Amino acid sequence: MQKTVVGYRKAMTGHKAVAEAMRQIEPDVVAVYPITPQSEIAEYYAEYVHNGVVRTELVPVESEHSAMSACVGAAAAGARVMTATASQGLALMVEVVYIAAGLRLPIVMALANRSLSAPINIHCDHSDAYLARDSGAIQIFAESAQEAYDYMIIAQKLAEDKRVRLPVLVNLDGFTLTHTLQVVELLPDEAVKGFVGEFEPIHPLLDVDNPSTWGAFAMPDYYFELKRAQQAGMEAAPEAFLEVQKAFSELSGRAYRGFFEAYRLEDAERAIVVMGSTAGTAKVVVDELRERGEKVGLLKVWLWRPFVREELVKLLGHLEAVAVLDRALSFGNMGALFLDVTSAFVHEDKRPVFVNYIYGLGGRDVTTDQIKRVYEELKGARPSHELRYLGLRE
Amino acid sequence: MAVELKTWKELPIGGVIPGGATPELNKTGSWRSKRPVWDAEKCIHCLMCWLHCPDNCFYTENQKITGIDYDHCKGCGVCAGVCPVNAIEMVPEGGE
Ligand code: SF4
Ligand code: SF4
Repeated sequence: MQKTVVGYRKAMTGHKAVAEAMRQIEPDVVAVYPITPQSEIAEYYAEYVHNGVVRTELVPVESEHSAMSACVGAAAAGARVMTATASQGLALMVEVVYIAAGLRLPIVMALANRSLSAPINIHCDHSDAYLARDSGAIQIFAESAQEAYDYMIIAQKLAEDKRVRLPVLVNLDGFTLTHTLQVVELLPDEAVKGFVGEFEPIHPLLDVDNPSTWGAFAMPDYYFELKRAQQAGMEAAPEAFLEVQKAFSELSGRAYRGFFEAYRLEDAERAIVVMGSTAGTAKVVVDELRERGEKVGLLKVWLWRPFVREELVKLLGHLEAVAVLDRALSFGNMGALFLDVTSAFVHEDKRPVFVNYIYGLGGRDVTTDQIKRVYEELKGARPSHELRYLGLRE
Repeated sequence: MAVELKTWKELPIGGVIPGGATPELNKTGSWRSKRPVWDAEKCIHCLMCWLHCPDNCFYTENQKITGIDYDHCKGCGVCAGVCPVNAIEMVPEGGE
């Protein structure tokens, strides 16, 4: 793909890639509380502020609940605001994430995915993202440090799109992406600043000549209408996402197209649907099996919320069997991603056989052998509501 | 009074109310179960009630209390509690 700017490549962790995106965006306010495996994002950013590299007001709060509360206040005042958290931090924050979404505040947050307690564990799974599934925040998943960097920038523009105006969570797998070194190509600072542009707040509280009331009480006569109006922001997000993604691809030369990445899917018979870094592992397996003549492919979810059913049906409709991999339990039912994928097909006559695997909880290693087993088990798979567990001692 | 309710498409983003000052439009005094009754004779105009009222219900003129805004008073009784000369009495609503 032709690109319009020349970037520079450097080896860095996912943390650093996210912090660099934040530095280049240079929001007015960052309110953040450190938590493993997100802490280094907060530390890098504090360093930028300390060294005068950015003019951001850094609010070192005493908890994540306060972090998101400070973000909400600052965003309502009219500031461009960012934060980052993980796991229990998001759990503490989530009350206010719902409020940020309800107030239509475009707060961008990196979520370094980590399991939820109990038992306490600091390693990766997606239970934190699943916790905020219905919060009203847009959710994007990154496969690599590069994608985390790119999607932080895309997220800023998407969140602030006037049709959308919603918080955006950019998910990156804790440790697997946050703590490992990868080569990341950064855009020049001016290119990022030009891309995200100036933030134009709507009815900012600091506009004292035009006062406005924020967070007003809504009785049963208005709550319902306001929630429906909030859903309209989500409904506008797919179109805005494609526009921003396209503009970013033209700028960077990286070919992001669509809500999902389709990997060797066109003539595939069996495929895996997955989010996050495991897509990288699965691609290795797809290539290996393809060399042996097996018709396998992969669908990676970039945009999880809102979940765009139409494109999914187009990409998967011709397959014989599909395994949906959930990196979190939705206790008492099938995995949340499995429910998303299968419900997209509920009105389709022609559809693949679907199976659901739970994998990688609490940072359990996801190996190529596990992924191979999934492709193997998809041969002649029967429709079933059995929840399968990958890499579990049974 | 019949109120024309707006549809979801007509509402400002995020439920933000441009212009603010919604108390002017909403009379919330009907929640009250007790009403503060102010005695102008006893009042020494210390303004403690004015300072403490959570609903900003005390009318003043030249830094003197002139009355209470019953359209917004919730009947919490804070004013009666802070008045140093018992110039405010809480009287049950409903009966005459
Ligand atoms: S009762 Fe409460 S609300 Fe009413 S005037 Fe007194 S302090 Fe204000
Ligand atoms: S607190 Fe009592 S004395 Fe003081 S201004 Fe109010 S009513 Fe008057």
